Amino acid sequence: MARVLLFGPLRDLAGWRERTVEARSLSALRAALSAHDAALAAALAAPGVQVAVDQAIVRGDPTLAPHAEVAFLPPMSGG
Amino acid sequence: MIQLVDQTFDPGALLSAFSRGRTETGAVATFTGIARAERGETKILELEAYPGFTEGEIGRIAEQARERFVLDDLMILHRVGKIAPGEPIVFVATAAGHRRAAFEACDFLMDYLKSAAPFWKKEHGPAGARWIEPTAQDLEDRARWEKEQAP
Repeated sequence: MARVLLFGPLRDLAGWRERTVEARSLSALRAALSAHDAALAAALAAPGVQVAVDQAIVRGDPTLAPHAEVAFLPPMSGG
Repeated sequence: MIQLVDQTFDPGALLSAFSRGRTETGAVATFTGIARAERGETKILELEAYPGFTEGEIGRIAEQARERFVLDDLMILHRVGKIAPGEPIVFVATAAGHRRAAFEACDFLMDYLKSAAPFWKKEHGPAGARWIEPTAQDLEDRARWEKEQAP
């Protein structure tokens, strides 16, 4: 099971911050989330949303280890 | 030193502590970002971070500053949680042998913290809450360092 974390506006859109999802790859995880909430899956795929697996930014469709932490990071704004 | 804090802080005390005992430094520059009331539109600013990842990414930004400028030291302290107008959000201090490196490194660090550090900012006001995205100006400010570095 991957642990999915949402930040910023994605969390408000989904109505949750953290959830576990059975998925062996990022694309499978996106598909599993899409089955429950298509609007959320579309927002997660929007340009500007980065993905971190185990706290490192990834691109493409990485495979996910059994206890991977997958974070969806919308555009960042500090200071 | 890189630190996230969930309580307000005193920039003056941080500057005093950062400057103490520096007999060879020559120059310390600081920046303090302060939450704006936006004429009553913002009652509370809420800052979210991704604990662990956020400090790591700020560390990478700090490394870039150290590679680019000749610095003796630097310090970044960033608030998370609920911040009232008038409270400091971020404090950056840089120490260098001479002022130019200290000023420029401070400017560089802030430009990257504004739009490349993992924070998400929500404004709570009388009309409800809204998430703040980096402005075009924020992205332009950061891009100028990338332009300058190009061969």
